[in-house]
This record gives sequence, structure tokens and C-alpha cells, in this order.
Amino acid sequence: MSVYQKNELEEDETSRTLSLIVDNQPGTLARVIGLFSGRGYNIESLNVTEIDEIRNLSRISLVTRGTSNTIEQIKSQLLRIVPVHIVRDLTLEGPFIKSELALVKLVVKGANRVEALRIAETFRARTLDVTLSSFVFELTGKPSKLDAFIDLMRSLGDTEVSRTGVSAISRGDKTETKLLDQI
Amino acid sequence: MTLNYMTGAEAVIKALVDNGVEVIFGYPGGAVLPLYDALFENKKIKHILVRHEQAAVHAAEGYARSTGKVGCVLVTSGPGATNAITGLTDALMDSVPVICLSGQVPTHLIGTDAFQEADTTGISRPCTKHNYLVKNADKLCEIIHKSFEIASSGRPGPVLIDLPKDIQLTNVKYIKKLQKIKKHNHYHSNVDEVLINKVAKLLLQAERPIIYAGGGVVNSGPKASKLLTELVNLLDCPVTLTLMGLGCVPNTNKNFLGMLGMHGTYEANLAMHNCDVMLNVGARFDDRVTGRLNAFAPNSKKVHIDVDKSSINKVVSVDYGIVGDCKEILSVLVQEVKKLHNQKVLKLKTKWWSQINKWKEKDSLGFKQIGNNIKPQQAIKSLYEKTIDFDTYITTEVGQHQMWAAQYFGFSKPNRWMTSGGLGTMGYGLPSSVGVQIAHPKSLVIDISGEASFLMNMQELSTIVQYKLPIKIFILNNEWMGMVRQWQELNHGSRYSESYTSSLPDFVKLAESFGITGLRVDNIHNLEATIDEIININGPVIADIRVEKEENCFPMIPSGAAHNEMILNSDDNVKDTSNEGLALV
Ligand SMILES: Cc1ncc(C[n+]2csc(CCOP(=O)(O)OP(=O)(O)O)c2C)c(N)n1
Ligand SMILES: [Mg+2]
Repeated sequence: MSVYQKNELEEDETSRTLSLIVDNQPGTLARVIGLFSGRGYNIESLNVTEIDEIRNLSRISLVTRGTSNTIEQIKSQLLRIVPVHIVRDLTLEGPFIKSELALVKLVVKGANRVEALRIAETFRARTLDVTLSSFVFELTGKPSKLDAFIDLMRSLGDTEVSRTGVSAISRGDKTETKLLDQI
Repeated sequence: MTLNYMTGAEAVIKALVDNGVEVIFGYPGGAVLPLYDALFENKKIKHILVRHEQAAVHAAEGYARSTGKVGCVLVTSGPGATNAITGLTDALMDSVPVICLSGQVPTHLIGTDAFQEADTTGISRPCTKHNYLVKNADKLCEIIHKSFEIASSGRPGPVLIDLPKDIQLTNVKYIKKLQKIKKHNHYHSNVDEVLINKVAKLLLQAERPIIYAGGGVVNSGPKASKLLTELVNLLDCPVTLTLMGLGCVPNTNKNFLGMLGMHGTYEANLAMHNCDVMLNVGARFDDRVTGRLNAFAPNSKKVHIDVDKSSINKVVSVDYGIVGDCKEILSVLVQEVKKLHNQKVLKLKTKWWSQINKWKEKDSLGFKQIGNNIKPQQAIKSLYEKTIDFDTYITTEVGQHQMWAAQYFGFSKPNRWMTSGGLGTMGYGLPSSVGVQIAHPKSLVIDISGEASFLMNMQELSTIVQYKLPIKIFILNNEWMGMVRQWQELNHGSRYSESYTSSLPDFVKLAESFGITGLRVDNIHNLEATIDEIININGPVIADIRVEKEENCFPMIPSGAAHNEMILNSDDNVKDTSNEGLALV
């Protein structure tokens, strides 16, 4: 936004999930992140890994917040980055799946151990590590489900959390393969 | 070894030649010695030794902007690269195609805080369109070819290639430039004929249309400027240009209202404010141009043509955005307008023009040259009149003199005016003029300068002497950082904090110490004779033009004000600048 503020009532900010296909090379992620910090946009979640070894491509799943104007700006600005090939606005384009993985360590003794296991079962969390005084659970699903689980764990004992950030993909048979071939 | 094998450094130079590079501006150092060795006795590329790496980039910008080609820079690692950063940022802001090759410590030392190591790709990432650190010699040629494509296509900009010294010394197989490099997928013009037809209709049927054009038209090449002028003539509508766009419609065109924006003409800004249809071609609604946004052209339908999609709806929401290269879009738009013209759809604009002519009567660029002191406006006006028949290129520094140059010097062609618009870099003009004169050895190249700005890169006098460049340095010497003084007068109760340029050198003696001509004039009666002398001297000149010291640059849209709230001169009732306005740059 310019230094000259608009007077119009600003439209509400909403959360958007973007999916980017980028060259897997040094500097690409730095440019993407630099764009957000340099221009004052929000990043709520970011996740990046190589998805195509042959073409050397990565996917970045990114959750951001903003008015629709800001989001349009973000998308066009992202496309100016040379190694960014595709920017899809999953929230806008139709149904999509959003999933995240969390590893949750709970330090707990006594009666709360049973409670912890019961909750974990209800959430379909996997127990990856057990000691007499701790658990490590693994849980995947929507971020809101992870939030709920972690809140419950926190009330049972000391909790340490590691989350991957949102990974997202569109529903249905639409793929990006054709677009990728042109890269 | 077969013919195609050579050192990385030799491959770099060969790749530059392959990409049409004839000149490179640079400064040597340890990390680029192999490259300098490859340049030694190279007949195809002329190396221009500047005296500071910032100047190398500005020189490359001047070269690029006056020719339409890519400018090329070579600097060493560490301090060489960091010195180039201001230039790269300037090139990014003004969309100038520049390739900067920087040396780097050998790959095995990267990350060890080696001597003259800097994280050059890290530092330059936000001020380049793209950058590379070459870690694999096999990729070297491809990266260089690609960099030229990136720098010059779409919205042009600077590309930096960081070259570790071991890569420069490795044997590589030279790979030729592909005939057709695949364009970055975002640079296709969206020639949507239905939309363009709609826009043509809108323009023809407008009662109070205006065209506002900028540097994108210049960047798109001379054909874009011709098409724009043709469109203006077809529509018989007023046209105004941004600082960066000057020259893309001849200043002599009867429909040209002059520059718009903070120091634009009254008629240009008022026409913008009152228009019903605005066509923006290759400009970006910069805050120097729009003034207060919530009062910007309030009752207009807006169309924006820009090669950079992110420019559209960035600061001003428009009704129609057309993403594309100006010349491609304009050529279709002109066709559509011509077709409709035959059907006599054009609305007469008699009322609009008579309104505009009334605004013109204010004579917002009028000034009174009285007494013996030289008014800076008069100095520029006389310089323009005296050089009108020459093949002239102007560069400027930043400040009042820059605005006066924009207001009083006329440009009849694009690529004749080199100024730092986006970044506003003092010290741009002198090195930029070096690049321009190298590209146009026979032309008259003038750096219109302020005494403070001149001091920022005056080491380049040495470059000018070395290459016998007949550059004319026209210093409007007011002994003040005039633009700063003006803002302090208008916004800070005339408390002139640190804006006086004291301890100036004797510019005539300074010139003489470099073996070039120095001239001084402080009386209006000698101004014209001095300008004649400047032009006629066969070689570089520093002209110390002593002008009225406390002259302000008008007209002006005070910061935070709207187009229709311009002030025309010091006697105008200046409303106290709003708190919001005070915070603006
Ligand atoms: C590198 C840099 N530093 C500071 C500024 C801020 N600034 C803008 S204009 C100006 C004064 C320029 O003085 P001078 O070159 O004498 O030009 P004048 O305004 O007097 O014509 C300053 C300091 C700038 N634009 N660039
Ligand atoms: Mg000055």
C-alpha cells in the first residue's frame, strides 16, 4: 500500500492458501520470503520440499492473510520472481485439501498418562515414543485439529511441539503436469 | 584441448560478446583477475575503467538507457560488490537492463569469512531482478545467456552473476547462445482485442480524456513512442508524461501538457484531476505523480497498460488493466482507434480544450528573470535554446536542478533523458553521462548537476579525462542542498538543519587540476556567452553556474496534497502541511 493511505473502508482480511511450483535452487526460498518481509505481507505457514527430482522442482505451500487486493498483489509479485513458475490460489480456485503433521512431546506422570493415551486414540494420533515419563505423538490432519489436540496435551503436562506447516493440493483430477512440461 | 574448451573467465567474455556486449564498465580486484586477464588484448569488448563501482553501474545505466541495449558491469568481490549496490537498486527502481558480474572468493572458501568475501547474492537479492552464484562451471555459459534474457525482457532490470575465482580458472566447454531462449513464462503480452476495442471506444467517446505515459514507453523502444504520439494525434487528446517518460511524445507536440506530478505543470495536474477517462501507458502511479490518493482523478474511468502485472491495481485501482509490452498493445489500440475513427465516433473536445487552455494561462512555469542574478530556470531555458539544434543527451543528478531540467529542457525524442527517478540517487548524473558519451561519442552530452550532488561522484572526472569524453558538466550552484532547503522552508519553519553546502571547492581550479576547462558565470548578462563557450570547447567542461541561492522549485503539490491543491509560487497560500503529509518523503 502506498504511503498515501486510502480512506475507503478496508475490506476484511481472509486467510488464503497458495501453492507454488518453483525451481529447487539456492536463493529461491530466500526470494519468496524476502518478498513477504520486504513488502510487509503476512506468512502464516510455509512448507517447502522438492517434488520432482528430474525437473528439479519444489512445491511451496503457503498460507497468508490479506484483503483480496493484497492477495492479488502477492500473487503477481510472486510471479515476478524468475524461478517461480506457477502460483495457484487454492482458496480461490475451488475445493482443496489442507493437511499438516505435528509431533507432540508430552512430559507426564501418573493418572494423566491414561488420559493422554485416550485423547490420542480419539484423535487417531500415533504414539511414536514412550518412556515412563513421556510420550511422543504424531498427528496429521487439518491445522485446526492439530491445534485442538495440542491444547489438550498442554493441559496435561509439559508439551513440546514440532509442526510441518500446511501442505495443500487441489481436489479432483486437475493436475499441473501439462504446465510443468512447459517449464 | 579442442577449440571449444577455455577457462571459465574466457568463456564469460566470449558469452558477453555473443550477447552483443561492446563495452563493459568496471574496476579490478583480486577476485576478478582471471576475468581481467581474459579482457587483456580482447579486441571485441572495450573496458572502461571507472573510479568507483557505484559509478560503473550508473555508467552502464546511462549506456543502456540511451541505447536500449543491456549495460554491462564488472566488479571485484567484497567491497567492489557492495559499492555496486546503490547502482543496482537504482537500476531496479527505474527498470534498467544491467548485467553485473562480480568476483567471489573461490567456492571452497565461501562461508569462511575469507578476505574480501561478502554474501553478494544475499546482499543483492532484494535489489536485483534476479541473481546467480555460479558454483558449477558447466552451468556458466547457460547462466550468462539467460541473464541477458532476464535483464532485457518483460520489465527490464539488473541481474547479478557472482563468479567465484576458481570457476573463472576452471576449464569449461563453451556453449553457444541458443537461437531462441525460452522466455520466462510471465512475459507474454496479453493482446486481448475485445478489451482493447472496448478501451478504444472509451477513449473516443470520452469528453475529457487524458493520456499519462511513463518510462515503460521508453523501455519498449522508439516504436512505442511513435505509436503513442500517433494515438495522441488521432484522439486529439491531452497527454502528460512522467519524469521517466519525458521524450516519448515530442515536447513540441501541441497536445503535450508537460510533466505531471509533484513539480508538474498546473495544466497537466488539473487535467488529470478533472479527466473522465485516463489512459496510463507504461507508468506506475508513483506517489510523486498521484499526490493524495483518495483525491486522485476522482471521477475518472482508468485504463492501465503495463508489462508488469503487479503494477496494475498496486496503488490505484483501475477499471481496465492490460498486461503487455507497450508497443504491442499500442499498435493494436491505434488500429482499433483508426477503425472506429472511420465510423466517426470521436467526440469533439472543444470544451475540454478550452478549459485546459484556461489552466495554461496560469503560466505555471513562468518566472521573473530580474536583476543580475541568474535564475536557475533561466539557466536551463537558455541551455535548451542554445542546444536545440544539437544531437543532445541530458543526464541529471537529484534535487531542484533535476526538476528544473525536467521542466525547462525540452525533449523531442525518447532515450535522450537520463535521470534517477525511482531511487532519486544523488551522484547518478556524472557517471551516467560517461556511459552515454561512450555510447554516443559524437553527441553533445550534458550532466545538469547540483553542487552537492556533483561532489558525490566527482571522482569520475578522472574517467572522463582518461577516455577524453567531451562531457559538459553544468552545475547549478546555489550553495545549498536546494531541495532539502526548500522542504525545510516549507515544512520545518525555515530551520535549515545541515543543508548548506559549505567548503565547496573552486570548481574552475578543480577542472584545471584535471587538465580540463573550468568556467564560471554569475551574471545573467554573461550566461549565453558562457553557454556558447561550453558548447564550443572541444572537450570536457565544468561550468560553475552561480544561480539565485534561495530560489524554490514551483509549481508544487505539497506532500499529502492532491493535484488540485498545487501551489504555484511562494506567495501562494500554503496550507500547513498535514501531519500525514509531514511523514511523507
Ligand atoms: C544519495 C542521496 N542522499 C541524499 C539525498 C536527499 N537529497 C535529495 S535532493 C538533495 C540536495 C541536492 O543538492 P544539490 O545537488 O545541490 O541540488 P539542488 O537541490 O541544490 O539543485 C538531497 C540531499 C538523495 N536524494 N540522494
Ligand atoms: Mg545545490
